[in-house]
Amino acid sequence: MAEDGNIIEVKDLFHAYGDVQAVDGISFAVRKGEIFSFLGPNGAGKSTAINVLTTLQRLQKGEAMVAGFDVSKESQKVRESIGIVFQEVTLDRDMTVWEILEFHGRLYSMGREERRTRIEELLELVELASKRDVLTKHLSGGMKRRLEIARGLMTRPIVLFLDEPTIGLDPQTRIRMWGYIQEVNRQGTTIFLTTHYMDEADQLSDRICIMDRGRIIARGRSWELKNTLGQDLIYLETSDNDEAERILGSVPDVKSIGRKSKGLLVMITADGTHLLPVLIERLREKHIGIVTVNLKKPSMDDVFVHYTGREIRDESQEKQSTAPGRK
Amino acid sequence: MHTGFLTIYWRDMIRFVRFRTLLISSLVQPALWMAFFGIAMSANFDRLGAGIPIVPGSIQVPYLTFMGAGVIAMTTLFTSLFGGIVLLFDKNWGLMREILASPLPRNHIILGIGLSGMTKSFIQAFIIIGFGLLIGVGFFAGFAPVDTIIALLGVMLFVAVFSLGFLFFSAAISISMETPEGLQGIITLLTMPIFFASNALYPVSAFPVFLQELSKWNPLTHLINGIRYFAIGDEFYSIGVHYSQTPADIFLSFSVLVGFAVSMFLVAWWRFRVAVVT
Ligand SMILES: Nc1ncnc2c1ncn2[C@@H]1O[C@H](COP(=O)(O)OP(=O)(O)OP(=O)(O)O)[C@@H](O)[C@H]1O
Ligand SMILES: [Mg+2]
Repeated sequence: MAEDGNIIEVKDLFHAYGDVQAVDGISFAVRKGEIFSFLGPNGAGKSTAINVLTTLQRLQKGEAMVAGFDVSKESQKVRESIGIVFQEVTLDRDMTVWEILEFHGRLYSMGREERRTRIEELLELVELASKRDVLTKHLSGGMKRRLEIARGLMTRPIVLFLDEPTIGLDPQTRIRMWGYIQEVNRQGTTIFLTTHYMDEADQLSDRICIMDRGRIIARGRSWELKNTLGQDLIYLETSDNDEAERILGSVPDVKSIGRKSKGLLVMITADGTHLLPVLIERLREKHIGIVTVNLKKPSMDDVFVHYTGREIRDESQEKQSTAPGRK
Repeated sequence: MHTGFLTIYWRDMIRFVRFRTLLISSLVQPALWMAFFGIAMSANFDRLGAGIPIVPGSIQVPYLTFMGAGVIAMTTLFTSLFGGIVLLFDKNWGLMREILASPLPRNHIILGIGLSGMTKSFIQAFIIIGFGLLIGVGFFAGFAPVDTIIALLGVMLFVAVFSLGFLFFSAAISISMETPEGLQGIITLLTMPIFFASNALYPVSAFPVFLQELSKWNPLTHLINGIRYFAIGDEFYSIGVHYSQTPADIFLSFSVLVGFAVSMFLVAWWRFRVAVVT
């Protein structure tokens, strides 16, 4: 089934835990050398998809190929080709930073010299060189995450899976992590990442699949996805939203209008800076008062809301504020 | 040869020396057994055995020496049965994912855990032998230095194969269980019959027939036979019972242990091949 240039190919993948259909029939392909992301809220099935692709869970139904190998039949070969950073912290609390990386290098049969130089490089990169001999239980949440990312980068895999890589990191560190990830990608590693941060998917990835409730509901490049919402978005609160919706709906450059709790979200196919005064004029003519106006470029958040009909749920906020970890 | 099992071994030994209380208790506990149980019981058993006539010319072995072999065997049994529990902790704390997602062949996980458990059993056996000799266990009595070394190697060989068998067993259970409590339950349930249906602390000759039969199939009995053969001798009396082992008997015991270890390895391998973690 492998097609040239695709490093991951998935066809009609289903995965259930008892009654819960976590992955409900997804098909997609990841091209060699790209950064590809799964964007979706909690429980969308992102981690489950990763677990199946990384052979940690048996493939139940469908076909999946990673790095040219069949996930269900050639799992050993798949494991030799990939690296993973898990969503949850998977660091032994009683090993030192250096030991964690050394252990990982040995697991992947890296040579002694290669291991030693790579560890030094990575400790510099993630700024943990001074913590070399510290037990991981004495690291802060963000340091643990950095260590795990360093560990994922140790072996220069063909495909690197990153399950919510920047969860629990402060904004500067997140941006630095994006930098490392892009650097590794430039050196030839294909990146598959999952996230529920819109900006992460937006900034980092070449292509995005939006996932919700086990299905892929939209896919494409970041700008393509945003363009489906039109060129600009105008948010309006008026004295009579129903009437305003009817009036604006007949304007040719208005693509569609969404209802919000207090106002209207108008997607337009023309340049908003020119169209906005026209729209306001139309409403004035009908004596509709305008309370608030906002003009903006569509963001990934808007894309998500557009496709799912709801905001990325609040749990993601909670997750962001608590440090990662099982303890 | 792929040396991945050494990676698992290395990590497990790091943990062994890092958890000081666990390390020290695992070293002191067998010595305490020898000191309290051994010295207290030997007064009893030696008095009981004293009146029984023995064949002239054969060796009479004090109870302390007799049970010294039993304590080595028992300690090896416990240490090995619990040796796989680290896998269960690794699994529950998510650490097993790193290993299972890596290219390390899964049988190397089993081998690595086996090797480190075996090392721990060796250390404990040496402590028991050393401490035992101090408090009067008559191991290697009248042996020339070369014979002593051969005897030690023989004891180690038996301890090694036996501990591997139970470590593989423990690994198989651990990777299949969800909680440490479950594992503990199974182990507790098993240790009783294994331990008491053996000749670790007393002779089996007075057992009911079915228990005697059971003890013949008990790996622990075969380990103890091996240890006594090498550390005490091929023929001796203790607590009024005559013990005699031919090299063929010992070879049979060894074969039983090897068979046990190999089958347990196969079981563990199967469990690891189908293991998934979330
Ligand atoms: N081990 C499991 N046993 C039972 N159900 C599970 C298990 N793992 C996940 N699920 C269920 O499968 C669904 C998808 O979970 P999954 O972890 O794949 O989501 P996710 O997209 O990674 O979410 P998040 O952003 O919270 O990490 C959820 O409904 C979850 O409750
Ligand atoms: Mg997840």
